[in-house]
Amino acid sequence: MTRASSLSIWRERLFGTPFTGFTSVVLIVLMAWIAIPLIRWAVIDATWIGSTRADCAPGGACWVFIRARFGQFMYGLYPVDQRWRVDIAGILVLASVLAVVFAPQRLRLKLALALLVILPPLGIWLLSGGFGLRHVETREWGGLTLTLFISVYSSLIAIPLGIIFALGRQSELRIIRLISVIFIEFWRGVPIIAVIFLASLLLPLILPGGIGIDRLARAVIGLGFVIAAYMAEAVRGGLQALPKGQREAATALGLNYWKATGLIVLPQALRISLPAMTNEFIALIKNTTLVLVVSILDLLGIAQASLADPNWVGMNMEAYAFSGAIYWLICFALSRWSRSLEKKRRL
Amino acid sequence: MNVLSLLNDKRVRDWFYQIALILLLVGLTVFFVRNASENMVKAGIASGFDFLWRTSGIEVPFVLTGYTQSDDIFALFWVGVANTMLVTVIAIVLATLLGFALGIARLSSHWLLSTIAGAYIEFVRNIPLLFFVLFWYFGVIAALPQPRQSIGLFGVAFLNNRGLTIPLPDAPGNFRWAALAVLASWLCYWLASVWARKRKERTGQDAPLLAIGLCLIVVVPALAIAWASLATRWDIPVLRGFNYRGGFVVIPEFVALLAALVTYTAGFIAEIVRGGIESVAKGQSEAASALGLRPGRILSLVVIPQALRVMTPPLTNQYLNVLKNSSFGAAIAYPDVVSLFMGSALNNTGQAIEIIAMTLAVYLVIGLTVSALMNWYNARIALVTR
Repeated sequence: MTRASSLSIWRERLFGTPFTGFTSVVLIVLMAWIAIPLIRWAVIDATWIGSTRADCAPGGACWVFIRARFGQFMYGLYPVDQRWRVDIAGILVLASVLAVVFAPQRLRLKLALALLVILPPLGIWLLSGGFGLRHVETREWGGLTLTLFISVYSSLIAIPLGIIFALGRQSELRIIRLISVIFIEFWRGVPIIAVIFLASLLLPLILPGGIGIDRLARAVIGLGFVIAAYMAEAVRGGLQALPKGQREAATALGLNYWKATGLIVLPQALRISLPAMTNEFIALIKNTTLVLVVSILDLLGIAQASLADPNWVGMNMEAYAFSGAIYWLICFALSRWSRSLEKKRRL
Repeated sequence: MNVLSLLNDKRVRDWFYQIALILLLVGLTVFFVRNASENMVKAGIASGFDFLWRTSGIEVPFVLTGYTQSDDIFALFWVGVANTMLVTVIAIVLATLLGFALGIARLSSHWLLSTIAGAYIEFVRNIPLLFFVLFWYFGVIAALPQPRQSIGLFGVAFLNNRGLTIPLPDAPGNFRWAALAVLASWLCYWLASVWARKRKERTGQDAPLLAIGLCLIVVVPALAIAWASLATRWDIPVLRGFNYRGGFVVIPEFVALLAALVTYTAGFIAEIVRGGIESVAKGQSEAASALGLRPGRILSLVVIPQALRVMTPPLTNQYLNVLKNSSFGAAIAYPDVVSLFMGSALNNTGQAIEIIAMTLAVYLVIGLTVSALMNWYNARIALVTR
């Protein structure tokens, strides 16, 4: 019975009136015209097993290529015998997130802060080496590892800086407000690609002679500053949504500016702006691809570079489909999470 | 009045903090500038803007301004600015059209249509723009046929892997007159609409504005352009040997960048359109309907003005994003201001600070102008509350 009724619902949906029916037919034909060749290419005519290009049937996707290159897509040119270090760094991050989520309420904040202090230097040590580990040049880092590395470390710069400038923009002090507005509007007004060029050209120039600064670090700092400006606007949304009475009540209780901000205003404002900040983080992940212009090979860069391999000519579509799917999965999952946070807040 | 009471004065402390911050910033700036000038002297890099008048010697494959290699670097800068503006303006127009269509399709009561629109929107919003740029350039355009097997469009324009070859008028004279006629007829429409509103306020009578508008906005310009195209001799591209001769070649980089910007931005505009229309409470159109307004008037007098008010700020942001995102062309060597000036010219002269400052200024000046215009427009259409 449910079957019949669901069938009738579908019939009503697609062919309720003559006009609806006509639109449905046009759309179904259009979809079939696009989807059938796509599915044939990606699944039916595709080759999944093999080891060289010769194993691939013409006309279909050659997923053998992805299989052969999987390590590079994930780790870039990181030395194969050292890849376990990247794995450990990844496991550490995941374990810390889980630990914070499942920690008892009263320990959670302390644990999170402690991990925030310990993990970033630990991650850099694991990836770049020194102190007993073999040194791996940042030139050799790449792939998904590098995409995630740049995203995380840029936001370690962007989030604190963004909060400071958001507070500055709301400050009563005129000069501090002006400086914050100039900082935010400047970085928001210029293209990110130009900022990455700027960071890679200007940072070595303005530091005292002799201080070298790593190519990757320059890109991370440049991205961090731009995203800080966008984060500041996201945080400002939360600050403005918070009723004025909150700060006034805190002040009336005798808390000074920093205590009122740290204990009353920010915890509430950040909770409100978390969805907006997540959206900025998604934008950051998408924008890390721009490090390609200073020849740092993140996931998309590795995909692009792999097209030049003479053993695998003509793998453009496979490389793009695979890297695109990874970006899509990460960003889609994050945007769903941000949307559910938003909904929870609205309820 | 002793020192202690000064310390406890909030105003004094506030000024103290602010002056300390300014001193810190000035100190940092001096530190950076001194390092930069020392490093530049060491590396033998000149400073100042004299390099702008040097011969550029850079060949550009896509020029709108009549620039040649023997012109100076300042002319090269304007070539970049013109190319940036060209791709930005065309991308904004096309992305707006596609975005509105997608946004309305998303709200459609037709289940399949709204699902497909939703799937498209979710697809493009969660993938990096650079991915689209590379995909269109290396995936789609590179896979187009050779010039000999070009895809012909009505026999006058040809699409192949070297770009899009379009016909070019031999002399632009007739088109100048046509453009003038178009502007004049739009001005007439504006005057007519002002007159119609005044008359309606005075007498309550409707003027046949729709017919006048159709005539002045669509028919007259169409006739003018048709006349100009027919009265001009066209340089139609012809296949000679391995490539087309004549006409104007739109380089593949432009086509790829434009396609990427349009397909990507449309997904964001669609969400803005949907949000804007959904933000108008249902009671508004019900009330308008109860007052006896026809559906078309409900849309044009009640729903759209209110939706537009919500949509304007995020749309402005999106348009400015298109301007900034046009710099993604640098990744495929589309000669925009970033890749020509910050790339080629900087490589040739080494004057990083001046060149970066000029390039950023282009974006900041355009961005601030557009924001100012939009703020003015926003203030004009904003809800007047008491």
